[in-house]
Amino acid sequence: MKLCFGSSRKIIWSGRRDISFTRGKQPPMAVQSKSEQEEDREGLLSVSSHTIHVTEAVRDGDGLTFIVISQKLSGSGEYHVARTHEDFEWLHQCLFNQEGPGILGVIFPPLPAKPSLNTSTKDLKQLGFLVMGKDWHTYCLALETYLQQVAAHTRLSKNKCLEQFLTSSEAPGCQRVKKSLFNRLSQAMDGLRKEGHKDVDGFFQSERDTNFTHIGYSKIATERFMDVVLTEQKMSVACGHLSTCLHLCIEQKDDTASLAFTKICVKLSEVIDLMKKNFESVAEKDLSSLGFGLDLQTRYQEAEKEMLYRRTCKLVEMEAASRNAERAKPVKKAAMDALKVKSEKEFAAISAVAKQEIAWFHAVRVKLLRQALILWCEKQLEVARDASTRYSQHLEAFKTLGGLTLQDSHVASEN
Amino acid sequence: MAADMEPPPLGYAGQTEFREVEDGEDLFVSTVTTLEYPEPSSPEQASIPAEDIRINSNGPKQRDISFDDDPEDLFGEATEEVSLDSPEREPILSDGPSPAITPVTPTAMLTPRMDLGAAEMFERALDEIEEDTSGDTFDIHIAVSDPEKVGDGMNAYMGYKVTMKTSMTIFNKNETTVRRRFSDFLGLHSKLASKYLHIGYIVPPAPEKSIVGMTKVKVGKEDLSSAEFVEKRRSALERYLMRTVKHPGLLKDPDVIMFLESSELPRAVSTQALSGAGILRMVNKAADAVNKMTIKMNESDAWFEEKNQQFENLDLQLRKLHASVESLVIHRKELSVNTASFAKSAAMLGNSEDHTALSRALSQLAEVEEKIDQLHQDQAYADFYLFSELLGDYVRLITAVKSVFDQRMKTWSKWQDTQLLLQKKREAVAKLELANKPDKLQQAKDEIKELEGKVKQGEKDFELISKTIRKEVSRFEKERVKDFKAVIIKYLESLVQTQQQLIKYWEAFLPEAKAIV
Repeated sequence: MKLCFGSSRKIIWSGRRDISFTRGKQPPMAVQSKSEQEEDREGLLSVSSHTIHVTEAVRDGDGLTFIVISQKLSGSGEYHVARTHEDFEWLHQCLFNQEGPGILGVIFPPLPAKPSLNTSTKDLKQLGFLVMGKDWHTYCLALETYLQQVAAHTRLSKNKCLEQFLTSSEAPGCQRVKKSLFNRLSQAMDGLRKEGHKDVDGFFQSERDTNFTHIGYSKIATERFMDVVLTEQKMSVACGHLSTCLHLCIEQKDDTASLAFTKICVKLSEVIDLMKKNFESVAEKDLSSLGFGLDLQTRYQEAEKEMLYRRTCKLVEMEAASRNAERAKPVKKAAMDALKVKSEKEFAAISAVAKQEIAWFHAVRVKLLRQALILWCEKQLEVARDASTRYSQHLEAFKTLGGLTLQDSHVASEN
Repeated sequence: MAADMEPPPLGYAGQTEFREVEDGEDLFVSTVTTLEYPEPSSPEQASIPAEDIRINSNGPKQRDISFDDDPEDLFGEATEEVSLDSPEREPILSDGPSPAITPVTPTAMLTPRMDLGAAEMFERALDEIEEDTSGDTFDIHIAVSDPEKVGDGMNAYMGYKVTMKTSMTIFNKNETTVRRRFSDFLGLHSKLASKYLHIGYIVPPAPEKSIVGMTKVKVGKEDLSSAEFVEKRRSALERYLMRTVKHPGLLKDPDVIMFLESSELPRAVSTQALSGAGILRMVNKAADAVNKMTIKMNESDAWFEEKNQQFENLDLQLRKLHASVESLVIHRKELSVNTASFAKSAAMLGNSEDHTALSRALSQLAEVEEKIDQLHQDQAYADFYLFSELLGDYVRLITAVKSVFDQRMKTWSKWQDTQLLLQKKREAVAKLELANKPDKLQQAKDEIKELEGKVKQGEKDFELISKTIRKEVSRFEKERVKDFKAVIIKYLESLVQTQQQLIKYWEAFLPEAKAIV
């Protein structure tokens, strides 16, 4: 089945029409007018957003395939689909192409970049925590959050591509999609100049400033936390090395002293091995909860930045149109005026949407960080409790080791 | 630690010292004293702490040891025997061992008679003494503290307070406090090494010198690394003293007692690296290395061969462990730095946050991370001072053990040489008898008699040092188990404590995180 979005934005079927995916649902996506699409306020999404999970990443030739599971709203089962990163990108583009006034004012949930199978330093720099977890766990979590956020978004959830993405047994990624111009605009050459353009609205100017500061601090915090996690992983390796060394301290003789010493070394080796596992755990919990949370904050704030930038661009455009209209010669005046009016309308629409989005964004942002902090704290508490128990056990075992009584160790510990 | 690699631990240098001071009559008094001291660590006495001083060493004897006390004889023989061996004769005056005339000198000790029969009595007495439980129980606690810089510039030095608390009767007082400097410790070690290494005691090595470290302190560089250096040294000096007094033989040595008790000590200048003695030590070290290679000993005792191999292996393993632990310490310090850095960035994030509850939670996060950083630092401290230093100490101790084994080789070599000499003299006498020169003949016959005595002495010495070494090694192995076990228990306790603290921190933070609405 091939779906192509033509330049007229009308949906054109080409090739065979496969009805199966729309069976029992809404009418086939034949020619629908723009207005009908807009009016379609019924939740198009047939799954509940919080049940969307990206459960695993499977190595598939050169790339990764992600298993996406979601529960039907009707409660009658679930969908299992396999998607590649290209499929996600397709979805992302679809969202950008969504119709509606002020779509530019939407803060699009951030999609993480495509990872390469061999985790290179470039990957580490670009994707950080997302590639550090075991079995791509954190990366899957990032994709999952992306889908959940899209599905929970009032406007975006209505996008039919989302439904198709989540429910269709065929992968949509091969479909051609018009690449949106709106993505990553701020990285364009004149980006910096426009970014600094003064706003007409105090609310937005302040929001832009705050966003700018936040991104700075978020990035630093994320990087510093990454250093912590990397060092924890190094500690784990060093402990492993020490543990092995200790295990080799076995003496051949069997007199009591030699046996006792060997026993001590072996026991200590076990303790150090515990330490190693502890560090591994701590690092894993760190990166999968707080690390992920911080990274998400940063990426989401950058998404907000993109949106604000789009609005600023529109502002610049509007101001330019206004100037043109003023200066226009009577011949062109009407046309210029029309452009100016159109521009103003678009800008107003964007600003209206943007205001809503910003309020929603802050609520979501706080919620997500809260979740991350709680999860992190709970996980670390779990790890610490477990470690404490195990260390205590070993301590007790050590005290009674080798028949040497506590009294001896008291005497000896007066060193 | 690598930076501290300097001319060898004084175990070796001490050996050299021995040669230089043998002219002193005093040496032999002490030598006799300690030759007589038996090792009390028999395995069947496990119920009694090995530190018991079995010999009642406080003055008048309760023992009924019927030995023929003829010290003159012994000294006479000893003087000559020793002089056979030593090329250098200049004693380093300040290193002369102190006269053994203190009230606690064991006077009526066993005097091992170096002729037949005495050896057996000696051994029997050793066993008897081991069973004697009427001596002091080991109860001594030494602390080295309060490092203070004395003086200025390059002549400055660090003075340490040495406090001793004890209930043992060999000491004059139950509590003493003295001030000592690093060279005093080195001086003590060199004296002990010169007295006891050659009879087979494993003398604990003193902490190493560090030119870099001390220079920083001297020039008054008040930074973290200087403070760490001083603390490291203080701890090492404390461990050194404790190890020394744990050795039952060394504990009663008058030099040790004087070190712990007297307020003034003669300055030990010969311990300076650039002194005449220092250079002499380096020369002798080279000479010893050569000698070691040339002495080919017929090892009749498999035990020694095994043990030698065992210690070689242990040395390698300990060094590896030490390197591994050092790497752990470094990483943990790095972790501490990174945690502190993250804490700061979290604080900044919290400050810039508009949402009040989130802002507060982030500030709390920053605080928690700071506390965790402190935990990391404390743990790194434990890693180092418990683990790393213990391993370092043992690596150095093994060097002392090896030198004791070398001493045995030398003793054997001496004995063999004397035997060869005797052989030659006998041949010479045979020739003289044919040549019929009565006066020379008599002289030669006298010399032979002397040499025969020396050969016997040499054999006895060899047997004695072999026996002492066996006991020392056994004691070393027991101590090792105790030492390691004690340190590991402390380390485990620190691990448990860290985790419990962490639990407290997390439990305190959780409600803060949940409070974000």
